[in-house]
Amino acid sequence: MRFWSAVWAIFWKDVRAEFRTKDILTGMLVFAILAVLVFNFAFDLRVERPQTVIPGVMWVAIIFASMLGLNRSFILEQDRGSLAGILLAPVDRSAIYLGKVLGNLVFMFAVEVILLPIMVVLFNVNVLMPSVLLFVGLGTVGFAVVGTIFSAIAVNTRAREVMLPVLLLPVMVPVVIAAVKGTAGILDGNPLSEQMGALRLLIAFDVIFLGIAFLTFDYVLEE
Amino acid sequence: MQNKKWGWLELLTVLAAIMVAVNFYVGLIYAPDPSNLQTEVTRKAQHIFYYHMGMNVMAGLGMLVNFIGSVLYLLTRRRFWDAVARSAAEIGVLFGIGVLVSGSLWARPTWNTWWTWDPRLTTATITILLYAAYLMLRNAVEDPDRQARFAAVYGTFAFISVPITFMSIRLWRTIHPTVFGGGDPAAKGAFALGPHIRFAMQFSSWTFMLVFLLFLVVRVRVALLEERVMALRQQVDAQLSRGAEVDPMEHAGS
Repeated sequence: MRFWSAVWAIFWKDVRAEFRTKDILTGMLVFAILAVLVFNFAFDLRVERPQTVIPGVMWVAIIFASMLGLNRSFILEQDRGSLAGILLAPVDRSAIYLGKVLGNLVFMFAVEVILLPIMVVLFNVNVLMPSVLLFVGLGTVGFAVVGTIFSAIAVNTRAREVMLPVLLLPVMVPVVIAAVKGTAGILDGNPLSEQMGALRLLIAFDVIFLGIAFLTFDYVLEE
Repeated sequence: MQNKKWGWLELLTVLAAIMVAVNFYVGLIYAPDPSNLQTEVTRKAQHIFYYHMGMNVMAGLGMLVNFIGSVLYLLTRRRFWDAVARSAAEIGVLFGIGVLVSGSLWARPTWNTWWTWDPRLTTATITILLYAAYLMLRNAVEDPDRQARFAAVYGTFAFISVPITFMSIRLWRTIHPTVFGGGDPAAKGAFALGPHIRFAMQFSSWTFMLVFLLFLVVRVRVALLEERVMALRQQVDAQLSRGAEVDPMEHAGS
């Protein structure tokens, strides 16, 4: 029980701090919408079958916006010197990790809750189907699980913000492939039962990497 | 310090050099042109495969050894395992690039293009980028202990993501030929395995494995020596600055 109250404390601290300024959330959201608009200029998105390109646009917007949020997750702690304080607290390091993951997840979900309806309006493609949301949820969990631990690594390097995407994107390729593929299949009118390969892959990825992150997070914040 | 001129490392070097030379003969001259390929140029280009596959073996071994070194470093905290992991990643990236270049040379006559956004090519590139990122991460952390810890954690994530990435490409169709088992009718450029071709392939694999072992041993030794030089330099610096505080002349005299 102590473990979960520590997780909750970290999570609630992050959420409360964020809702006082809303810097990260608004930044992520505006960035995601800008990314969609830039895509519209870069490639003409008035194609005959928008459901073939929309999954890609949606996921790139989600991924890049998440990257902004994940980056801030530990940079703020370090700049304010509060990371040392958290580390001094007599709690399990994995509780810190899990609290941070949940905080990042809430921010990413908050952005998606606004981004997806906007995409429906802009492209007239219904991305709010439950099966699409399932893929969005599982993909987002994957990004939060791996992104949080890599963010803790990146913040301690010389390059800081630059390091996170370089570390994160190649590891996340399976999530990107499975999420885009699954989303595209459903938007194309196929039932969820035909996307089981992509779905299983996402679940396996989330579970495996959550396990590895739990095992290795202690080593990252060890000093 | 060392009086003996011929240790096992020198023997390994000579053996690897001979194997590499013989491997060029085996792959380019001894191995027959595969008879089932349609045109002269694709039959000749197929000989690239022996080196393409050999470098693939090296790159794969580099990633495997990097993973083993990373995990053992986290468990034992011995600098040796960190040196192994780092050396293996460097070899893996170098020969991974070799795999891409040799594959490109082969693809030009066979697929009629240098590069195609085939999932297998794309994921091979991403795997190399993973280990390039690993080396970048090492470069961006100065403290050697922290560098080793971060690198080991990232190496663990990287290695486990490789098979998942390969599973994810099955969601796509591939035109890359499968040499061992499998028979995707869409694959283009596959060739039949005769006994000579089989021998050339095996010989090439063994050659590249030996070269990998040699590179790894030499690179680990260099990495450990680098660390010793760093430690000695710090020691000398510390002594010099302490000597300067007490009496600079005394130190200059000695």
